Amino acid sequence: MGVTGTTNDWATTTLETAVNWARANSLWPMPFGTACCGIEMMAAFMAKYDTARFGSEVMKFSPRQSDLLIVSGRISLKMMPVLQRIWEQMPEPKWCISMGACASSGGVFDTYTLIQGVDQFIPVDAYMPGCPPRPEAFLDALMMVQEKAKKGQAKSQEYVSADASSDPAKSVAYRTPDTHYRHGMDRSTPSREKSGG
Amino acid sequence: MITYKPENHLSLLAKVEAFAGDRLLGREEKSHYHQFKVRGQDAKSLIQFLRDEPGLGFEMFIDLTAVDYLRYPIAQPERFAVITTLLSPTLGIRVQVKAFVAEGDPRLPSLSDLYLGANWTEREVWDLYGIEFMGHPDLKRILMPDDYEGHPLRKDYPLRGRGERGNFPVYHATTQKPQGGV
Repeated sequence: MGVTGTTNDWATTTLETAVNWARANSLWPMPFGTACCGIEMMAAFMAKYDTARFGSEVMKFSPRQSDLLIVSGRISLKMMPVLQRIWEQMPEPKWCISMGACASSGGVFDTYTLIQGVDQFIPVDAYMPGCPPRPEAFLDALMMVQEKAKKGQAKSQEYVSADASSDPAKSVAYRTPDTHYRHGMDRSTPSREKSGG
Repeated sequence: MITYKPENHLSLLAKVEAFAGDRLLGREEKSHYHQFKVRGQDAKSLIQFLRDEPGLGFEMFIDLTAVDYLRYPIAQPERFAVITTLLSPTLGIRVQVKAFVAEGDPRLPSLSDLYLGANWTEREVWDLYGIEFMGHPDLKRILMPDDYEGHPLRKDYPLRGRGERGNFPVYHATTQKPQGGV
């Protein structure tokens, strides 16, 4: 692939490999920056670190045109349904990077309102330590996702394996905040009547 | 440019003390504002006086917040205090009105008809402290999810919550098999 200017300007491959190669080198990120990690993510996209070298420079703020979700920052109880709705809108195949301590584990915010790791709710392909991680770490995670994409792997695909479809206990289970989301849309019930002290 | 004029402060204190009288629980002078402590039922009349009295003109609503004095080392009149900060552009003075609210009946008249800015700050205090503002046009949660239970900034609320973080229902992904694949 990509061999030009020689007399042998052709190569043999399988269609699957060719498609995976193309996908790995044109990851379109959907940035979800909610904290300081978002600033480091922006730095990684800028000229100095330049994710364009990896074919990943097209920042799509529309989930329907992207295949790499970058969760960079704290995700609160109220934001998680929004994030999951965005994840569900992204077309398959799709990958997810959990950037920084807060997105991966809640970080220092072990409080009532913060999600302790987004991997409880959406499948995560690459975790990035750091508070916030440097852009080099971001590039490392991006290359890890590229390696997975070249092999045709994605965490979001694990649960469609033969094992999982025959036995739900072997499938990957995720929590869904959907009930919270729907309830949040329902303005008919005054919330103060339900709330205890 | 607002300049410091001592006579402004003296006339403010004289007017407030003449108006409130015994209802004034205490008064403190801080570095750049005066603080008046009253009971919850007297707060709104004092704030309306500060706003409407000629020569005072506390027309600018700065902030409204609350304190939970549970297990506080210094004894306080009540458990909760709702603090309203106002600014008078004519006098160049800030004041705080500290209204003490009982634990058993955490209610207070709403200021949202006097200051439009009080609308959302009162919703925030209701959300996090559970102090109800009577007469508020739309008293519902503003920060926490609508179906959240409890008021998390109260001192007796556990820091890690009551399991809200983990109480989302679990679904098995095989029941929502995605189309396509790698």
